[in-house]
Amino acid sequence: MIASVISILCGLIIGMILLFVFDADHAMYGMKSMLTAGLSTKAKFAKVLYQSAPLIMAGLSVGFAFKTGLFNIGATGQYTVGACAALIVGIVFQMPWWVALIASMVAGAVWGLFPGLFKAFFNVNEVITAIMFNWIGLFAVNLIFANTPSVLANYYGATNADRTAALESANPGAIIPKAGLDVLLESNYMNISIFIAIGFAIIMYVILNKTVFGYELKACGLNRNASEYAGIDSKRNIILSMVIAGALAGIGGGIYYLAGTGQYTIEKSLLAMGFNGIPVALLATSNPVGTILSAIFISYIQVGGDAMQPEFAKETIDIIIAVIIYLSAFSLLMKELITSVLSRKRRASATDSTDEGKEDKQK
Amino acid sequence: MKILADVLSATVVFAVPLLLVALGGMFSERSGIINIALEGIMIIGALCSCLVLKALDVSGFGPEHPYLGMSAAIFAAAVSGAVFSLLLAFASINLKADQTIGGTALNTLAPAFAIVLTWAIQGQGQTTILIPTWIRIGSAAADAGFLQRFVFKNLYLTTPLAIIILIASIIVLYKTRFGLRLRACGEHPSAADSVGINVYSMRYAGVVISGILGGIGGLSFTVAAGSGFQSDVAGYGFLALAVMIFGNWKPLNILGAALFFALFKVIGSYAGSIPFLPSFENVKSATYIYQMLPYIVTMIVLIFTSQKSRAPKAEGIPYDKGSR
Repeated sequence: MIASVISILCGLIIGMILLFVFDADHAMYGMKSMLTAGLSTKAKFAKVLYQSAPLIMAGLSVGFAFKTGLFNIGATGQYTVGACAALIVGIVFQMPWWVALIASMVAGAVWGLFPGLFKAFFNVNEVITAIMFNWIGLFAVNLIFANTPSVLANYYGATNADRTAALESANPGAIIPKAGLDVLLESNYMNISIFIAIGFAIIMYVILNKTVFGYELKACGLNRNASEYAGIDSKRNIILSMVIAGALAGIGGGIYYLAGTGQYTIEKSLLAMGFNGIPVALLATSNPVGTILSAIFISYIQVGGDAMQPEFAKETIDIIIAVIIYLSAFSLLMKELITSVLSRKRRASATDSTDEGKEDKQK
Repeated sequence: MKILADVLSATVVFAVPLLLVALGGMFSERSGIINIALEGIMIIGALCSCLVLKALDVSGFGPEHPYLGMSAAIFAAAVSGAVFSLLLAFASINLKADQTIGGTALNTLAPAFAIVLTWAIQGQGQTTILIPTWIRIGSAAADAGFLQRFVFKNLYLTTPLAIIILIASIIVLYKTRFGLRLRACGEHPSAADSVGINVYSMRYAGVVISGILGGIGGLSFTVAAGSGFQSDVAGYGFLALAVMIFGNWKPLNILGAALFFALFKVIGSYAGSIPFLPSFENVKSATYIYQMLPYIVTMIVLIFTSQKSRAPKAEGIPYDKGSR
């Protein structure tokens, strides 16, 4: 926790230096809008929460796999197929929002199953399978949308055929309920999705820390051979872990596109939201509850980054995030170093005489 | 015949970045460091070399001496890639940080840095650095024969360079003392250390070589893609990682994997103009099927080959002298 805060501070300081280097006149203004935009109006705050819901899900997905010793770089593919399943079920089959959300979960789980199966039975590194399935998922989703005329916007009277229909006109029942929050925060973006995401974070926390299954998963992550020796079926655990990770990312895709405010545009490159789950999970050191905070933080400075335009490119935020991850990679080590130096000093002062003897021996 | 020459020529030009970057990844992993930052290294290499190309184009030096100009760009790509990779080396060797996390940080940093810098240099919203046309070697006339079309349709200085680097990689890795030591550090670093090899500097060497090759790979991707540098290498760094695993961490296998993958990738984008391929009359946007093809075929091949695949044993584990 302290380590994460230190890395965040360092990241922000480096970000500020960058702003001064590029445009000193507007640097203070840029910094101010980056740090305060998320709380400046109710609507901006709603945007922060709206974006953090899928981020939490993607972060949980990556973090859950990390706990089992797997690197789920495929969150973006799982997120994309999840979004696709939710929209098909919601628009083509006219189902209510929760059915669509379950569909997105199933689709994501299937996409997570592949890397798990390949890893467990064919000894293929999960990173390579996940990368391949990111692209397969993207093109498959494009193919499905292009061949399902009733899901596209032009079927409902709009002019564009390169994106899915607005849920407002296609099936209002598929929009995630707003429960009055949109009135409270004066923003159409606001709905209960943030609470759904927090709910999943708590469920993941319980599974990992309070169940036998979670214990087995973590044991597999720490040492696959040792856990197998202890009678844990590591193949089953690898597959299940990837399936759950995939399901979480899939829900993230569903949650984002069922908000009714965004339409899925047929894409040529992988969606960034799934990849952003990686920094979220890293910043939270894969702790499900920490994931909530780190996702809200990243979403907050991203909203701030949008407010910095056009004086500064909003990608400045990504530089800050990168610095934070880079520092958090060895912050744990720094902490260990500090504690070991402190304890050595304490020991040294307690046993001055024996230390001298040791040194003599070494010579 | 014309289309065959075009497909083969495009295959070679797209195989070059995959080959170079995968070879770079191989050197890094053979020394024991997982280099997931290849994508970011490619972007930085492409950024710096494209800026050099642009400067040379404006100053008029480039059009007069195209070979020297392109060489300068390749040099810039190699140096910038190497410097950028030092960030990964420092975190994962000296600070013993998690290598995947360090790499992810660099992958996030590179495209953002590229966009911010291009904005700062070219002005707001101008995110494309155009590359000049004089870097192309020769050209193929419309009525050129098969061989001429195959060789000169897409020929850049990076292609012959890639062949030289491939041969050099094989020699360095298998026929020199350095190569033997590098491989030892990736398999059993404490054993290497016990016979007096400096594991840290060997791993630094591995990562810096991957930075050099990754940087040049970034430039060769940008010239192959042809539409200028847009702070992006379209996931080729990750594909190169796949090619490296597919190639079983061995140079010649990596060459085969790179050509194989590039061929399917090019078939994917040329599908409409290749006569004997099924065109899926009743499916809209059938090109997506062909764009999926290289990834699916790779997965199928991996199922059959991966049982024998063997990663360097000590990759991903920070070496701690104290734990020997």
